[in-house]
Amino acid sequence: MSPELIGLIVDATGETLYMVAVAALLGTLLGLPLGVFLATSGRGELFEAVALNRVLGLVVNATRSTPFIILVVAIIPFTRLVAGTSIGTNAAMVPLTVAATPFIARIIEAAVREVDHGLSEASRAMGATPMQIVVKVLLPEARPAIVLGLTLTVVSLIGYSAMVGAVGGGGLGDLGIRYGYQRFMPEVMAAVVVVLIVLVQSLQSVGEALARHVNKRIRPA
Amino acid sequence: MNVATRIGAAAVPRAASTQPPAIRFESVSKLYPARGRDAQVTALEGVSLAVAPGEIYGVIGRSGAGKSTLLRVINGLERPSAGRVLVDGTEVGGLDGAGLRTLRRRIGMIFQHFNLLSSRTVFDNIGFPLELAGARRPAIAARVGELLELVGLEDKRGRYPAELSGGQKQRVGIARALATEPRVLLSDEATSALDPETTRSILDLLRRVNALTGVTIVLITHEMQVIKDIADRVAVIEGGGIIEEGAVYDVFARPQTATARSFVASVTGSGVPDDLAAALSPCPVEGGRAVLRIVLTGEQATAPFLSHLARSAGIDVQILSGQVDRIGGAPFGNLLLAVPVLAEATALAVVREHGLSGEGLGYVA
Repeated sequence: MSPELIGLIVDATGETLYMVAVAALLGTLLGLPLGVFLATSGRGELFEAVALNRVLGLVVNATRSTPFIILVVAIIPFTRLVAGTSIGTNAAMVPLTVAATPFIARIIEAAVREVDHGLSEASRAMGATPMQIVVKVLLPEARPAIVLGLTLTVVSLIGYSAMVGAVGGGGLGDLGIRYGYQRFMPEVMAAVVVVLIVLVQSLQSVGEALARHVNKRIRPA
Repeated sequence: MNVATRIGAAAVPRAASTQPPAIRFESVSKLYPARGRDAQVTALEGVSLAVAPGEIYGVIGRSGAGKSTLLRVINGLERPSAGRVLVDGTEVGGLDGAGLRTLRRRIGMIFQHFNLLSSRTVFDNIGFPLELAGARRPAIAARVGELLELVGLEDKRGRYPAELSGGQKQRVGIARALATEPRVLLSDEATSALDPETTRSILDLLRRVNALTGVTIVLITHEMQVIKDIADRVAVIEGGGIIEEGAVYDVFARPQTATARSFVASVTGSGVPDDLAAALSPCPVEGGRAVLRIVLTGEQATAPFLSHLARSAGIDVQILSGQVDRIGGAPFGNLLLAVPVLAEATALAVVREHGLSGEGLGYVA
């Protein structure tokens, strides 16, 4: 493989990592509070707001049921509003974030719901405020599940990022399609697939190690 | 039930009755309204009671009797549908969010499943209520140090709950509940998940804490053994209402309701063993024996009536089952005896001469 091609792969890897990292970060910033709210606003819960809970649940489901490639195209006006353009790596981060947010919200919601109800009750009995319960009890106790869930999100985002080639987003997927498929260069396709496998595998391993590290529920061997 | 009319041999409440109660229930009811297919549930119905400061007050009932709700209206985790709950004279139902949080810092609570934070060490679990109250790090460290010593877990301070045994976890739970120096400690089936030996050590610790700090303890349980081991007074709850209440010794000596009798029988051997019950006949059997139940209570509990029966009355006595124990420091027991049919009346007379109560249960061949 020529040095030029290797350079292309390195650049594309950088673009993918950049898009995924920013989208995961923004998605977490938005999805975390949303997920906590979804988990704690049902009937009889900490921040009871049944109607708002229903509405947000519907919005989250609607976003999640839209195929990503359609989402990318459908929100182009919004993308232009936020990023100033609808083309390029920066623009691609908008639909990625929009897709990541509800995904992360559901993951956080599930993780928080898994926390033993007795812990919330015990904290209330100790005089904790609802906010203290979220920050000092629910989130720390849910941490192992959250870390694994975020790992899953990042891996999914790598898959999604391949599709943003459609709006000139760049990245590994885009490279694979343009060079590997359209220019009949199977070695580029193979290289892209290998890089993706290595990327996903390493992220998964790091995520699992981190989750193990923060999980104090398992008695160390 | 009029408690004052009952004669207690040893169970004088620790606190003088002239003090205002630490906890008072005034006709407290709690209904869970019907929702969807679920019918309305009455968890508490017209419960009135008073717990004296420094007392260990036990509430016993089967599951679903309402004891868990009874405990939770004390610290406002549940709100009564009717009636008032007062803690140190403050009406719990009248408090807003902040008032309720202040009150809860004066009420510790321990749980059947401990409810420790798995992501925090023993040290940080015990310091948690202080952290919630905004205490500073050095103050927390000093207090947690004292508590670790009190519950005997100095060597576990950096461990996580998953590394502890059940008994150790409950010790952490107790230390945590005491962190804010509460006036009242609520115990929600605190020993129900523990083996008998660990149960005893946890109850010992609770009794020691009660004696040391004067904290009022309200405990709910379905095990009469727990009541017998540490409570001063007991309330029997059934169907959301208190059906019997009194000093522990009195309820053991003279249970008034079928439920109380069955709880008492579960630990005192006052029940009749199944095989014996099946063999009992209401009519005397020719050449058979009469079965008597003797309750050993009060100052005469240890009177030497058995030897008297044998020696002075010349009656052959068989012991069928029984148990002699101490409740609240006073002897208490139940014996099932068999005597020849013809000697039944004499035997009961001798028993009564010794100031004990006895009754004929029936006859066996």
